Amino acid sequence: MRKVFASTAGLTDRPTHYCPGCTHGIIHRMVGEVIEDLGIRERTVGIAPVGCSVLAYEYFNCDMFEASHGRAPAVATGAKRARPDIIVFSYQGDGDLASIGMGEIIHTANRGEKVTVIFVNNAIYGMTGGQLAPTTMPGQYSTTTPRGRDVRDCGYPVKMAEIIAQLTTPAFVARGSTHTPREIIATKALIKKAFEYQVAGTCFSLVEVLSICPTNWGLSVRESEKWLEREMLPYYPLGVKKRPEDFAEVSADAKH
Amino acid sequence: MAKVLMKGNEAIGEAAIRAGCVHFFGYPITPQSEVPEYLAKRLPEVGGKFVQAESEVAASNMIYGAAGVGVRVLTTSSSPGISLMSEALSYIAACELPVVVVNVMRSGPGLGGILPAQSDYLHATKGTAHGDFKMIVLAPASVQEAVNLVILAFELAEKYLNPVMVIGDGMIGQMMEPVEFPVEGVGKPLDPGNWALTGCKGRGKRIINSLYLDPEICYRHNLKLTAKYEEIRKAEQRFDTYNTDGPYDLLVTAFGMTSRIARTAIDELAQEGQRVALFRPITLNPFPYEALRAAASKAKRVLDLEMNMGQMLQDVRMALGPDAAIDFFGTAGGVVPSPDQCREKMLESISKTGSRPKAKGARRNP
Repeated sequence: MRKVFASTAGLTDRPTHYCPGCTHGIIHRMVGEVIEDLGIRERTVGIAPVGCSVLAYEYFNCDMFEASHGRAPAVATGAKRARPDIIVFSYQGDGDLASIGMGEIIHTANRGEKVTVIFVNNAIYGMTGGQLAPTTMPGQYSTTTPRGRDVRDCGYPVKMAEIIAQLTTPAFVARGSTHTPREIIATKALIKKAFEYQVAGTCFSLVEVLSICPTNWGLSVRESEKWLEREMLPYYPLGVKKRPEDFAEVSADAKH
Repeated sequence: MAKVLMKGNEAIGEAAIRAGCVHFFGYPITPQSEVPEYLAKRLPEVGGKFVQAESEVAASNMIYGAAGVGVRVLTTSSSPGISLMSEALSYIAACELPVVVVNVMRSGPGLGGILPAQSDYLHATKGTAHGDFKMIVLAPASVQEAVNLVILAFELAEKYLNPVMVIGDGMIGQMMEPVEFPVEGVGKPLDPGNWALTGCKGRGKRIINSLYLDPEICYRHNLKLTAKYEEIRKAEQRFDTYNTDGPYDLLVTAFGMTSRIARTAIDELAQEGQRVALFRPITLNPFPYEALRAAASKAKRVLDLEMNMGQMLQDVRMALGPDAAIDFFGTAGGVVPSPDQCREKMLESISKTGSRPKAKGARRNP
């Protein structure tokens, strides 16, 4: 019998703990496949965050750190500077990266650390039980915005890919999504590109991946996919936000 | 090797290089900023890496990352910055990684001031951050000793796979003294052993982690750490004494620069026939309780001198018990006690013992 689909060497065989319908599993799979495709598994070090994907260190089949909440990009900086020959990636959610870890991600990107960040944006805190995230949509219900996100109190959702993309430092920054098979295929190509830039030693790379959270959104998987498409896509447009090739040398070299 | 005149902070940076540490992640804060300044210049010369982090929070997580991939790594800061690094130190201790952290203490609480203090004693030795963990804490009393202890700190960090803090007050960082360095590279390259994340080629994957959701496993992890701390307690106590050979009425306890000031006062009092000795812990953790008890057993009274409001005093009391006659004099806020002030406090303590000064050179009756 011909095998037409197999597990990827980039992931372990452990069953994940994610809720039914969660897209973390799909995003893990994409990252795992890219690691396998590029043949970098034996020289890759991953960094798990705090949040739903806190146990990612059990699932990726490579050396793994577990970082404190939001600090994965700093851990990545230390690891990559100490051993430039290894491939370093962090896998972070929206609370981890865009709230408590805002400082670390901005400065890691701005220093141009040659690391890859997979940023999963599902517009909610999952593990702690559905609280407001920096990326929660205006009007969206969460357990700490029981009347919906009031932008007069909470401001507007943070667009991380666009924020990182506007830094002067060369980088590869893109946003993909998981709400259709077509977008999943496109997102895997973005993740592959992100790792390729690191393998080539070119630049910092970040892929924001829009993800669904049926459990905390209180919707079925199908409804969640539709909600993402209807509510999130117009606010978080997909595509490549920045390429290192577009970088024009800045003629700023202040001398004393 | 010839002695060189060097500022403490710069000597600390050079000591790390001599110990074979060529990775530094840090953030400027007075009065330790000369360490990153010095290393920003020196590390590229020796093939090392210097990164100015965006915060102490980031710097401490960078050393977690660097230690985790198996390189010798240093960070330095001063009191408020050390508070910010504390969270990462808990993770580093939990993950059993070797790092060296230098705290050039300034006054507190809050933003405090930029002048010397010793008010992070309890933070360093008892309650650095959440969870049951301990650092090894080394307190130098001179620039030369700071150099020696930074080198020792790397040895101990790697021997026990544990964070080690070298804790000095702002004076140690800012003053210049002649120092002698060991030849470059006294530290053998760090052996990444069976724990460092170097890529899983030819072996199974490794995980550096401090999350144990199963309470029994987390409990066992705590027991393992506690057994290590007990091993450290037995093997690594260090202290120094002064004037303890002959008889003495008063024993002064002090650490770091305060002990230097105390010695000046002790020497002055010796001229007047007063018999005062000094006990100086070098390892603030593990604290040399038994050695202090032995030294104090020859004295009628103990005077604890610190640049804080009585932090090591808790350990002195723990060593000597509730019935011991212990006086305390502390300054804070960046106020450094003068030898005269210390002398006055010593005389006050001596007066409570009922001892009279002996003529200089006089022998005690058998």
